[in-house]
Amino acid sequence: MSALQIIFLIAAAVILVSAVMVTLTRNLVHAALWLVAALFGVAVIFAVLEAGFLAVVQVVVYIGAIAIMFIFAVMLTRREMLDKGPQMNKRAWLAGILGVLLFASMVYMLSTWVGFNKLPTLMGETDTLALLGNSLLLQSAYLLPFEVASVLLLAALVGAVYVASNRK
Amino acid sequence: MIPLSWFLILSAALFSIGLFGVLSRKNAVAILLSVELMLNAVNINLVAFWRYGNIAYMAGQVFSIIVFAVAAAEVAVGLALVISVYRRFNTVVADEIDLMKW
Repeated sequence: MSALQIIFLIAAAVILVSAVMVTLTRNLVHAALWLVAALFGVAVIFAVLEAGFLAVVQVVVYIGAIAIMFIFAVMLTRREMLDKGPQMNKRAWLAGILGVLLFASMVYMLSTWVGFNKLPTLMGETDTLALLGNSLLLQSAYLLPFEVASVLLLAALVGAVYVASNRK
Repeated sequence: MIPLSWFLILSAALFSIGLFGVLSRKNAVAILLSVELMLNAVNINLVAFWRYGNIAYMAGQVFSIIVFAVAAAEVAVGLALVISVYRRFNTVVADEIDLMKW
């Protein structure tokens, strides 16, 4: 087993354990912190996939902004929910069965596909970061989606401020 | 060399755990946390298919950057809605927010 495989397995174990803890923990602040652990694991997976830029963006945007926003929201809303009654629906068992079924059927469907055990493409000397930058800024590539994403973020910012503001 | 199947199984498992969380949790903030897990599973898949396909086509990475932006927007609007609902109804339990339930 190569070092890369061992790193992958450790990261995958961290991701799956923290994801289960996110769904099961009673205390929501702890759930948000478990989410941070899972997001770190995904950043490691991006690094294993040789997408260094995305690994950095994962840490900066997801952990630095989104997870912190979750912790803020938990602290603003948690008062009466904590340690009182069950944290799950009455039909949580149904959700569990559905999750297991979805996983089993996805793995089954994928295992019938010919490319399931494909090995990675050889990278050589390709500068993927320059390629990514070019494809984001080239009009023949993904310039329009890139700009639309920025407009979407602006709209979300304005919408969030409007919805959450305390107007009488 | 890691075969593609490892990444696909990991992201399928992560997506299923996220789905379980979305369907089973009562707290609206916890539901949003689980949605984040599902978005991350999708991102792993996109980047894995970029890495195992033609590297010169950056569609996988570009798409996952768009997913980052959409996730940030979704969290901002979603949490603003949760805070607004909490202020008005004094609850974040998804079952009790049934104003529009027929």
